[in-house]
Amino acid sequence: MRWRRPSVWPRPWMGPAVWAAVAAFLVWNAVSLQVDPARIARGLARLGTLASRAFPPDFSRAGLLASGMLESIEIATLSTVFGVLLGIPVAVLAARNVVPLWVYGGGRSAISLGRTFHELIVAILFVKAVGFGPLAGILTLTVNSVGFFGKLLAEQIETIDRGQIEAVRATGASRGGVLVFGVLPQVLPRIIGLTIYQWDIHLRQSTIIGIVGAGGIGATLYNAFSRYDYDFAVAILIVIVAIVLVGEAVSAVARKWVT
Amino acid sequence: MLEVRELAKTYPGGDQALRSVSFTIEGHDAVFIIGPSGAGKSTLLRCINRLVEPDRGSVRLDGVQITALRGQALRRARCGMGMIFQEFNLVERLTVMENVLSGRLGSVSLWQAWRRRFPPEDVDAAFATLARVGLEGFEGKRADELSGGQRQRVGIARALVQRPKILLVDEPTSSLDPRTSESVMRLIVDLAAEDRIPALVNIHDVLLARAFAKRIIGLREGEIVYDGPVSGLTRPALEAIYGGALLEAGGASP
Repeated sequence: MRWRRPSVWPRPWMGPAVWAAVAAFLVWNAVSLQVDPARIARGLARLGTLASRAFPPDFSRAGLLASGMLESIEIATLSTVFGVLLGIPVAVLAARNVVPLWVYGGGRSAISLGRTFHELIVAILFVKAVGFGPLAGILTLTVNSVGFFGKLLAEQIETIDRGQIEAVRATGASRGGVLVFGVLPQVLPRIIGLTIYQWDIHLRQSTIIGIVGAGGIGATLYNAFSRYDYDFAVAILIVIVAIVLVGEAVSAVARKWVT
Repeated sequence: MLEVRELAKTYPGGDQALRSVSFTIEGHDAVFIIGPSGAGKSTLLRCINRLVEPDRGSVRLDGVQITALRGQALRRARCGMGMIFQEFNLVERLTVMENVLSGRLGSVSLWQAWRRRFPPEDVDAAFATLARVGLEGFEGKRADELSGGQRQRVGIARALVQRPKILLVDEPTSSLDPRTSESVMRLIVDLAAEDRIPALVNIHDVLLARAFAKRIIGLREGEIVYDGPVSGLTRPALEAIYGGALLEAGGASP
């Protein structure tokens, strides 16, 4: 007796045909994007010289480095505060079990809008609108919060225990009373945890948005690269790595403590 | 006085929970509603305080047409009906005192509720009610620290602190062991009698109903098939409510 595993393809010729199509597509991509082994080899060699010029890292401009980093941390912190203050009401409006359908549609749209564009695109828009500097960064990451924080909190609100809500409604409480006494206590640990997590994410994002002029250490980094100050650039990168790691550790410990 | 007239409810899924239910409660005796799972007992209670919207029929409490109310007026009417739940439905992460005070939410502003600044007379009432249900000194504990019986006592206190005109009690003992069930049921019946308010109690434990009830309403498939004194709850009557032959459990004469 012979047995073969039933094929996923309805016809035997379909398997090879599909694989051939995938392979052809990949080759075409590589050719049209000029993925060229010789160029990769030359690039690697250049990376080597770049690395040799980058070491030892140059920490002599510590003042510039510190002020840029501090600005990034400030952007991350302020945008988290604003983002959470804005994100909580948006999350409530986007939770199907606490608002009527037509409100829910609006809340969901706000969240989708906040999540549509990468923060760099949003940052470019705000730099155009309010000019260079940290204000644009704060606005960018606040918008970003509404999408991220709002979505996760809305989902949390949708999983809360209906019985507790029903009991508060049964006392004759208003919609606001139900939110304050029934919904909020159930999601408060999640709000605190998400806020810390959001700050940690913003800390990372705030180091990049400076590249398009929205303040923070990113601008310093970009300038160092464009002036071929590779040793200073590496010093900046090291500090970013250190700060992000510390932020992540603080966030992890704090979130464990909350829940 | 509670008057329920031709109350009907069909859920969107097509499940006909109540067909046409009519009854009147006068005085302040506890009335027990028995019937199999899915007979519409829970729906009936929730149609009375309109946590569930009935399709047809009317509910009138002390002359107020509950089924005609909207918005603020409906919330005020709900405040006049204390509800006790099968799963207790305490807000788990709040303290016992906050859970009891949530019974006063209908009469305080949102700002007061947010800051937990309830009027002193409400706080006094909450302390007094906690003492009545035997939970003196528990006010600072969180609801999720309590045992099942203690939780249900908080649920009872929350309903009583509303100073309701009627208690709607939905399977109050189904999540409790037999001994606790009895003491909780005793507490509900006694406190309702002390406050001179009627209680409408859903229950599936026929023995417990027999022990505490004077009047029993039997519900089957969304219709009342028995409404009378507990003494009339003979074996044929029980079989009409639950359908088919029953084991001895509740069938024997009292």
